[in-house]
This record gives sequence, structure tokens and C-alpha cells, in this order.
Amino acid sequence: MQTADKPYRFPDSRGHFGPYGGVFVAETLIPALDELNAAYEACRNNPAFMAEFEYELKHYVGRPSPIYHAKRMSDSLGGAQIYLKREDLNHTGAHKVNNCIGQALVARYMGKPRVIAETGAGQHGVATATVAARYGMECVVYMGAEDVKRQAANVYRMKLLGAKVVPVESGSRTLKDALNEAMRDWVTNIHNTFYIIGTVAGPHPYPMMVRDFQAVIGAECLVQMPEMTGRQPDYVIACVGGGSNAMGIFYPYIDVPGVRLIGVEAYGEGLDSGRHSASLTGGTPGVLHGNRTYLLQSEDGQIIETHSISAGLDYPGVGPEHAWLKDSDRAEYVGVTDEEALAAFHNLCHLEGIIPALESSHAIAYAAKLAPTLPRDKILLVNLSGRGDKDMHTVAEKSGIQF
Amino acid sequence: MSRIQSVFQSLQASGRRALIPFITAGDPAPELTVPLMHALVEGGADIIELGVPFSDPMADGPTIQRASERALINGMSLRKVLALVSEFRTTNASTPVVLMGYANPIEAMGVERFVAAAGAAGVDGALVVDYPPEECEAFARTLKAGGMDPIFLLAPTSTEQRIREVATIGSGYIYYVSLKGVTGSGALDFNDVAARMPQIRQGVGMPVGVGFGIRDAESARRIGEVADAVVIGSRIIEEIENSPRDQAVARVKNFVEGVRAALDQIQGAPR
Repeated sequence: MQTADKPYRFPDSRGHFGPYGGVFVAETLIPALDELNAAYEACRNNPAFMAEFEYELKHYVGRPSPIYHAKRMSDSLGGAQIYLKREDLNHTGAHKVNNCIGQALVARYMGKPRVIAETGAGQHGVATATVAARYGMECVVYMGAEDVKRQAANVYRMKLLGAKVVPVESGSRTLKDALNEAMRDWVTNIHNTFYIIGTVAGPHPYPMMVRDFQAVIGAECLVQMPEMTGRQPDYVIACVGGGSNAMGIFYPYIDVPGVRLIGVEAYGEGLDSGRHSASLTGGTPGVLHGNRTYLLQSEDGQIIETHSISAGLDYPGVGPEHAWLKDSDRAEYVGVTDEEALAAFHNLCHLEGIIPALESSHAIAYAAKLAPTLPRDKILLVNLSGRGDKDMHTVAEKSGIQF
Repeated sequence: MSRIQSVFQSLQASGRRALIPFITAGDPAPELTVPLMHALVEGGADIIELGVPFSDPMADGPTIQRASERALINGMSLRKVLALVSEFRTTNASTPVVLMGYANPIEAMGVERFVAAAGAAGVDGALVVDYPPEECEAFARTLKAGGMDPIFLLAPTSTEQRIREVATIGSGYIYYVSLKGVTGSGALDFNDVAARMPQIRQGVGMPVGVGFGIRDAESARRIGEVADAVVIGSRIIEEIENSPRDQAVARVKNFVEGVRAALDQIQGAPR
């Protein structure tokens, strides 16, 4: 168990978070990861690099994102106060862009003119296409054919931004298959290509690097919460698919005593239905996509198809640092169903005039369950990781409406 | 001496190259895997690489991924692959069988249990694509203790230090991936391979097989000029894919015979 008197220092030099993480890739990728590791170390220790990163976050993304006290929602629940970290107000509409800017700057430092990405909901693809346009880089985005269908608007956005979107027809035709395909492109075009991974998974140094770039979320909260409320929150709540928005807000809070960190997974049609994406609460450890972590797998070690109403949470693995935070009890992981997330989506629309992403709706749904069980002076800080415009079709369809 | 070592020793004594074909267990059907293995041997294979299907074969191209998907639809699992090896062993006690696959099915079974079961089935080695040396010291040790060889990959991009690391932890032979990319990818640069081979062979002190991109008798012969062994995978899977079910075994045997004949034209040791 991590305690405040023992500062948290993970991963180790080879990317391990306890037994999780690491570099589980074919030999062909090892030199590329070594090169990336060296480049990232150089960048993060370079004040000019960090200054440019911060400049871009401020002037291009619009950071710091505000924290908003959701008073009407809190009052309607009659318990703890809910505060929302407004990552939905970022340029491109989600937290994903923070990381994309960081990695694009590393790509530029390494002299790679071509970037590739995998995407589930399309948010990471849009963010990658955006920064590729911003820095004049060629961009190819791999997206499961199923997701291309579910997220047509984001596919069009990526094309508008000059990216090539490749639908992936193999496997379950979702995020994990897009990730496989992007890895294949990378191993083939390593000489000129930088692979911008969108979440805190993959081989070292990706889980660490993505966390570091997303940690701006939690770092801002550490300053903003005392300004707004005079203290740090009692709970920090975020949705977890791959886990990048959650790692981003959790990481700066790991060494802050008394703050409970809660990750909310997608229970889909219910944890017992078998149709969910809850790798931490419903899975077992294994090796996939370059790291050891909790996975949804069959008894024979085959990765099984996952389900969530939210494409961004529909992934059978999870970042290895979450696996470690779970095992070390520093964070707790829970889940909410599609139905609960949808209800939270509608509630936030009606009570606060904010249309949240279906991913973020999972975090809001859990906060809405927790708040009434706590006294009014408790504070819940929820990461509102993205806006819901992209989910209009999914939500409308659930209500029987076709555009 | 392991079965793999004795195969290489007798081939080297007669100045011949090892032919190592790859098929995916359970593709196109579980009942055809053992007949296909025997056909490979009759066609001239020295060692068989038997693919253990995995749902997310990240280092493989579309051809082998399709084979994996077909095998999984057919209900193939690591446990069943081991049963197929046992069945093969009832009539073949000499041809080494190397399992090739990904870490997760092995970890799901448990390394100790896997090694015990593989040893009992008559497996000779394992090549776990996503276990680079630094992540599998315990696995390699356990496998060796069970009398099997941990086989590792080297790539055109591998550094001198990597070559030494792989040589320390690996045994049996080294699988040199002849091009950047995934299995079944396009063009193979013979000059690149020829230029790199002496350094690799010397650096690892064990036989080196070359694979990825070898598609016919001619490319096999050219690689055989410079390597100890030639590995052919995707091209054989295509043969299986494109054959009517009842002809797959005969056509695979025929293809392997052609490659064998080309390899046997090579005179002397690898350059």
C-alpha cells in the first residue's frame, strides 16, 4: 500500500509498475522503443521543450480548464457536492489533445514527419489529426470498422483535418484491432513514423509518457480546488477504459493523503451479463499490446470481445498503472452500466446544461450514486473528460430517434 | 543433446540447410493439423514451427492472422495444440516441433504447467513473439530446465548488445526476421540479409534461421546460401487457404518438396 510518507515512484527504469507494464513486444519494435525512451527522457528534462508544451496547452488547447461546481445536480442528489473538471472545454472537446500535443512535439524532436494513431470513439483520432495539421505532419488513423460506423461524425472531422482514416476489418473490428493494425504500420515504417498512442497502455515508455502529458489535469486541480473550496476533494472520480483521463487526474493526487481515487469502468449490460468492458473489476492479469495488465480473456488466454455503449471505453485491457493502483489499494475501481451512464448523461444535460461524453457519463453516474450516501460537506471531484456532441447518434438511437 | 541440436548437427555434417515450415494449429481444421505436419516432414521439413493461435497476433500480417482466426473459430486452444503434438509424436519421434505464439495463452495456463505439459507432449522449443529476453528470464529458465529450447527473434534493427543478450538467454537456434514489418510482408532484400548474416551467426554462436518474406524455392535458395535454416510461414498458409480442403495436405507437401530441392542445390557451408 502506498502511503504519503513513501513517495510514489513508478514505473521503474524498464517500465514496470509492480508486476505490471513492461515491454512485451516483438524484437522488431525494441530498437524503436529504446529510441523513443531516450528521446522522451531528453524532452522531459529539457526546459525549452516543457515550456513549448505548456505554451501550446495554454494558447492552443485553452488550458487551464475550469472546475465547475455542479450545484443543481448536487442539490438534486441531496448529499456531497459535485465538482466537474471541464476537460470537455478543451480544443477538440476532450482530454485526449493534451497527450497528442506532447507526443507530436516528441515526434518533431525525433525528426519523424509521419504520425499514426489508433482510435476507438474517434476522440484520440481527432486529436491526433488536429495536432498533425497544427505541426504539418502526415497522419494516418486506424479505426475499427465497427467504430467507423458508430462514430461517423468524428471520421469526417479527421478527414477535414487532412488525416487518412483506415477502417480495420480484422478481429472484433473495434479499438483493440485498430491498435494491432497501428502497431503493424509502425513496425513497417519505423524509419519515418511516430506512433501516437492515445491511452496509458502499450509498451514502456507509453504508459508513463501519456500519464505525464495528461497529469496536467490533476496538477491544475491541486491548485484550483483549494482556491474554490479551501481544500482538496474527498474523492476524485474518473471513467476508465484504457485509463488516460483517470491517470491524468489521479497521478498528482497519489501522494495526497485522504483523497480517495475512484475509477469507474463500463459494466455495459451488467458485470454478470458477460457484455461489458470492465477489465479491472471483471478481468484477470495477462499480456496484451505490449504490457502486462488486467485483461478480459477466456480461460484459454484469448482476448474476448467487449461491450460498452461508449466506444471510448470498449477495450479489453487497461493501463498497467491502474492495475498497480488497484493491487496496491491506492485506487478503487467500480463500474456502472450503459443504462446508468445514459441516465447520468440526460441528468447532466437537464440540470447543468452540459452535454457530457458517454465515457465521462460513467464517472458522473457513479458520483450520482455516491453523493447521496455522503454528508453535504463532502466534495467529489469528477473528471468530465469530454463533451458529448460525438455521441448524439448513439443517444438518439437509444431513444428511438433517427437523424 | 536436444532434438533441435542434433538436427542441426547432422545437417551441418552433410552441408545441408534446415527447412523450417510454419503452420497454424487448427487451420484449416484441427483434424488436418497432424496430417499436415506429417506432409511437411515427407516434403523435407527438418523442424516444424507450429503456430498457437491468438486472438490478437500483433506481429503477424493478415495471412497468419486469418489462419489464427480460422483456428480459433475451430475451437483451437493451447491445450488442444499440445494434444495435437502428442498425436504427431505417436508416429514421429525425431522431427523437432517448436511452438510459436504469444505470451498470453501461456500465462493463462501458467508457465510451470505449460512447460510440464509441453515437455510431456514432445515439444522441443517455444518462440513467444512478445517475450523479448528482458521480460522472460524466468520463462526461459523454466523451459530450459524442462529440456526445451527458448527460441528468440533478432531483427535488422537489433544492436550488437541485443545480439549478445539474445545469445545468452536463447538456445536451439535464432530466428532472424529478414525484413522490417510483419509476417507475410513484401519485398525481401537479399543483400541486406547476406551482409548481416556473418555478424549475427558469429555473435550468437548457434544456428540462425531466416524468415519473413520467403515466398518460393528461389528466395529460399538465395537465403539458404547465407543462413543455417530457412523459415517459411505465410506462403504455406496461403497454399492451405487456396486449396480445396481434401487437397490441402498434398499441395502443401508438393510446395515444401520444391523448396527442399532448391535448398539441396546449395553447396558447402553458409557464406
